[in-house]
Amino acid sequence: MSGWFMEARSRLALLALVLLANVLVAPGFLELRLVDGRLFGGIIDILNRGAPVMLLAVGMAPVIATRGIDLSVGAVMAIAGAVAAATVNAGHAWPVAVMAALGTGLACGLWNGVLVTIFRMQPIVATLILMVAGRGIAQMITEGRVLTFTDDGLAGVSSASLLGLPLPVLIALAAAIITGLLVRATALGLFIEAVGTSPRAARLAGVPAPGILIGVYVWSGLMAALAGLIAAADIRGADANNAGLWLELDAILAVVIGGTSLYGGRFSIGLSVLGALILQGMRTCILRSGLPPELNLLLMALVIALVLVVQSPACQPAIARLTARLTRKGTA
Amino acid sequence: MKAFAKYGAVALMLAAMTGCGDKGGADKAADAGKTAGALTIGFSQIGSESGWRAAETKLAKSEAEKRGITLKVSDAQQQQANQIKAIRSFIAQGVDAILLAPVISSGWDEVLGEAKAANIPVVLLDRQIDTADASLYLSAVTSDTVEEGRVAGRWLVSTLAGRDCRVVEIQGTIGASLVANRKKGFEEGISTAANVQIVRTQSGEFTRAKGKEVMEGFIKAEAPGSICAVYAHNDDMMIGAIQAMKEAGLKPGSDILAVSIDAVPDIFKAMADGDANATVELTPDMASRAYDLLAAYKKDGTQPPKWVQTPSTLYLPDTAAAEYERRKDLY
Repeated sequence: MSGWFMEARSRLALLALVLLANVLVAPGFLELRLVDGRLFGGIIDILNRGAPVMLLAVGMAPVIATRGIDLSVGAVMAIAGAVAAATVNAGHAWPVAVMAALGTGLACGLWNGVLVTIFRMQPIVATLILMVAGRGIAQMITEGRVLTFTDDGLAGVSSASLLGLPLPVLIALAAAIITGLLVRATALGLFIEAVGTSPRAARLAGVPAPGILIGVYVWSGLMAALAGLIAAADIRGADANNAGLWLELDAILAVVIGGTSLYGGRFSIGLSVLGALILQGMRTCILRSGLPPELNLLLMALVIALVLVVQSPACQPAIARLTARLTRKGTA
Repeated sequence: MKAFAKYGAVALMLAAMTGCGDKGGADKAADAGKTAGALTIGFSQIGSESGWRAAETKLAKSEAEKRGITLKVSDAQQQQANQIKAIRSFIAQGVDAILLAPVISSGWDEVLGEAKAANIPVVLLDRQIDTADASLYLSAVTSDTVEEGRVAGRWLVSTLAGRDCRVVEIQGTIGASLVANRKKGFEEGISTAANVQIVRTQSGEFTRAKGKEVMEGFIKAEAPGSICAVYAHNDDMMIGAIQAMKEAGLKPGSDILAVSIDAVPDIFKAMADGDANATVELTPDMASRAYDLLAAYKKDGTQPPKWVQTPSTLYLPDTAAAEYERRKDLY
């Protein structure tokens, strides 16, 4: 745990900086108010808005740890949202719609996993297929329109709250904790990292590599479906053209900010979630800053570049020296 | 099931297209007895990426039927190459006129030159093109996107009747000329009123989800009760913003005035429910104006204006329920 905290230090510091920027932009950002048994405040907003990317990052981190990548998650979000909306509009109850959406996510993940594992396609190519085709599938389901629904149960996936927290936050945190326990309380995480380091060595060491590989893509599909449900419930409609658009890149970025190597073999669920929160914190800050919207993308890119440069191996020795000097001065 | 229906439609279209090629000779024979109304027109459509565009295609077909025009629609699926192919195929089929909704503004000179050489007039629909030679097309039927913004701005000024008002603006995707125009138009519309000022502007990228997120930010960043109106560059972002206002415990339509552009069916539902106050129509009925000017041109050579502007009509809640019924199956 303390090892995790040592590694999390720099990201927590980053998150603190981002929150500070938010406070400067909108004083009162840190205030928490309890209205009708539900918490309101800037932190809650970031957790709530960041929930979809948090979920995607939780699914993406194990995939990347196997030296893979899942580009299809944004499209899977769109499909899952479309399936859920179409199901309630066909007169089924909302739990059926949720199940149908999650089932769709599992099926999409299985498709990716089979392409990568059985057909030995490179992950970037295999998942690119569903990234492109998936949005088309979603558009077919919604017939190219925003498929709106009035079912309060399904909308509740985004608007309901429990223990004072919005449901999307709880879903994302629960998914992160369950995934974290699955990979760290068992040997599963080591297996995943072994497959990413060397599939052949892992197989020879008795790791069920094909099962692990399929499993991480299926899990990623399931997380994407959850994110898609939240996105659809948020606007009470399935927007096949825009739901989850480019979010696969945000998820990959969150995982990378979390220190997971794209070369596989090393990952952290908790740090990936922190990465997602840092990204959302920056986005919220920029949206509320009142700066001209033409600067949105530029600011975002500059901050991300800065974060990644600071975390790069080239900068690490210099930062270690700096912190060592600071702590020496502090103790002297 | 829907997927099969789509494939079925594509197969039928292909069959119809090959059929057209076969009876090309018969068409030419019939040319002699053709009246101005009995035109054959080819329509190169961009695709069906939005409800609005689907409505534009539907109206092009139904208006053609009313006038006894034979319309051949080609869906380019967002590719300029497909549009160029379609135009060449229309020229080869010897159509009387071509409608083109250009997917991008440049790169049309060569193929439109071919149409001009074949003496086939081309009318642009809903978008203009960049060309040095304006004789390449007969006319362009588009909306005046600056005027749309002006209408929205003027509505707000007259509704406020002098009351002070801090407006927040949800822009479309940065960089689109449409966004620059709708912004400029609105600013012109409110320029006469010192009591109305835009205090915040941010991009909602034309989507419901981003419109909602941006509005949430506005509500948080501004002092409670200080936002008096919201102007969104399209209805979809407004629908997202309406949800954000409701979730923040505000009453859109009364606490905060809501005006947007496009006039898609869902905004009429919101207006009928009292959640939105006004929308400016971007009419999907572009083709009927093109048919009328083509009919006049074919009949006695009447030169249409180079730019035909469709009206930017303001819709208010009083007609919302009826408008929703009228539009819901069109989009």
